[in-house]
Amino acid sequence: MGSIWEYANPKKFIATVDRVLPFVAGLAVLSLVVGLIWGFFFTPEDYRQGSTVKIIYLHVPSALMAINAWMMMLVASLVWLIRRHHVSALAARAAAPVGAVMTVIALLTGAIWGQPMWGTWWAWDPRLTSFLILFLFYLGYIALWAAIENDDTAADLTSVLCIVGSVFAVLSRYAVNFWNQGLHQGASLSLDKEENVADVFYHPLLVCIAGFILLFIALVLLRTRTEIRARRTRALLARERMT
Amino acid sequence: MSLKVVDLGVARGGVPVLEGVNFAADPGEAVVLTGPNGVGKTTLLRTLAGLQPPYAGKIILPDAEAIAYAGHADGIKAVLSVRENLSFWARVYGHGDIQPALEGFGLIDLAERPAGNLSAGQKRRLGLARLAVTGRPIWVLDEPTVSLDKQSVAMFGAAVRRHLDGGGTAVIASHIDMGLPVRVIDMTPFRARASVSRQYDEAFL
Amino acid sequence: MIALFLRDIRLAVRAGGGFGLGLAFFLIVIVLVPFAVGPETALLARIAPGILWVGALLACLLSLDRIFALDREDGSLDLIATSPLPLEGVCAMKALSHWVTTGLPLVIAAPVLGLLMSLPSEGYLWLVVSLALGTPALSVIGTFGAALTVGIKRGGLLLSLLVLPLYVPTLIFGAEVARAGATGLAVETQLVLLAAVTCVTMALLPFASAAVLRMNLR
Repeated sequence: MGSIWEYANPKKFIATVDRVLPFVAGLAVLSLVVGLIWGFFFTPEDYRQGSTVKIIYLHVPSALMAINAWMMMLVASLVWLIRRHHVSALAARAAAPVGAVMTVIALLTGAIWGQPMWGTWWAWDPRLTSFLILFLFYLGYIALWAAIENDDTAADLTSVLCIVGSVFAVLSRYAVNFWNQGLHQGASLSLDKEENVADVFYHPLLVCIAGFILLFIALVLLRTRTEIRARRTRALLARERMT
Repeated sequence: MSLKVVDLGVARGGVPVLEGVNFAADPGEAVVLTGPNGVGKTTLLRTLAGLQPPYAGKIILPDAEAIAYAGHADGIKAVLSVRENLSFWARVYGHGDIQPALEGFGLIDLAERPAGNLSAGQKRRLGLARLAVTGRPIWVLDEPTVSLDKQSVAMFGAAVRRHLDGGGTAVIASHIDMGLPVRVIDMTPFRARASVSRQYDEAFL
Repeated sequence: MIALFLRDIRLAVRAGGGFGLGLAFFLIVIVLVPFAVGPETALLARIAPGILWVGALLACLLSLDRIFALDREDGSLDLIATSPLPLEGVCAMKALSHWVTTGLPLVIAAPVLGLLMSLPSEGYLWLVVSLALGTPALSVIGTFGAALTVGIKRGGLLLSLLVLPLYVPTLIFGAEVARAGATGLAVETQLVLLAAVTCVTMALLPFASAAVLRMNLR
């Protein structure tokens, strides 16, 4: 086992993905099925929120992954800018639509949950607003990737956008907090036992979160592999035109 | 002030176009690069100018701020007069006097005209006059004689000669004889071959 | 560097359009609002600070793509990049000249338009202060967006998509100052936060702009 940077070689990366992807995808499906069925059918109803609380098994993991996907893109962008590993740039590119979809799922399930709880589909609550802004950042990032023809330039520019965007996303989060104190309940998960959801809800939730993480990894691996192949095709076509 | 290029490889849009380019240009010497369209002359010159990094090899310069670059576009603002255009660049490069440049390129009578009213050839002359106000020793010129008539080509040739006589150097991509003693280097043999590396992926340079 | 600033101002004044366009756009947006929400004075007075801020922000957006695109088209950007000017300074100067030709006129015109929106008399001072503090940030952030999209043909729409989310903190704090001012509340906290956002963007973003500009010129 050499250094982790060996996987920055596209060929090595693809070979590894070919081997691991079935396991990751299988595990993702397994934990999602177990977690969701456990959560939906084998947990008691909350004494205040009734059965609506069960949407937590989609809402919380997708919201977590919406943020984690951006974090992963940030790290990948930094790796690209510092070490210039193409796989890293393409992984960031591959993660963006997945993260955007996670954001949409979090927003939609939040709206569906909010309707019975707060009596409204949407409120300009800080958390909701921050997620909407995060979604806009994803859109801009994806659009910039799509708009630039040269792959390396696109990777460079989107990496800088990702870094600058992260700073502004954090700024926006605090600005939004300042602007409106909200309806949203505190974090569902925290290290403080008092604050936490009860254990009966907690365990299936952890399984669901693991499932979403694995799903995200599987999708990003798959999409990165596709991006590498697409990139190779473009390079070969360009070369053919040249000679 | 000599320019030296060692084993230089340049890429356009992520695809290598030229590789293994070696030449040196000493003070008082002009190097003319030729070759068919698309061979990579513009890319090479942009690399020399520092607008893009080489993907292989080295460019050895006496100091980092030695090169004055003139590309296909002249960077002329249509609403400014010829004098304003030129004195802007003179101020950017920290030289006050634009009179010699105006004289050298026959722009004295046009000095107060808005640059937008100039003919294509006159604009080109204004673009090249900018080189004279940079005060830099190495001129890197991409097709400088495009849209110049015979008289203007001679005028330009004289300006390059003055520059060379003053110990300057020039690297020019051109096919037109400017009446100068130059060293011509054909770029065709340096065309990058599509080599497939077993070690790494050819899509990623 | 000052030469570049003077040239850009001169270009904006001479080329026509560039200078007054943002201002005219601001006016039109503000005139359209009462048509859309109704002429009721109390309502207009209530939404005036926010509408004026959004109008100013959109007017700023309008001229962003001119910051680098014109220089790119005629080749000056290549020549500036090979000149002795540090690109970071070029970006800062570009933002400054954008602010002088767009942001500053907006700040000056805002009280007049506030009149149209029946802004309460306490609000004028804080509206002008908030715009004067906030619009420089809009120009600096916009310059970054313009540098990102300079290589893209018809990148105007993309530029808006990229820049608008980045405008959120400035808009929130700026409009917060104007709103609190108009209702006679304390504005210190908001004002400090707005100033902080502006200072941070002005200090850091020119470097990011220069970096993406270099990438775009390759």
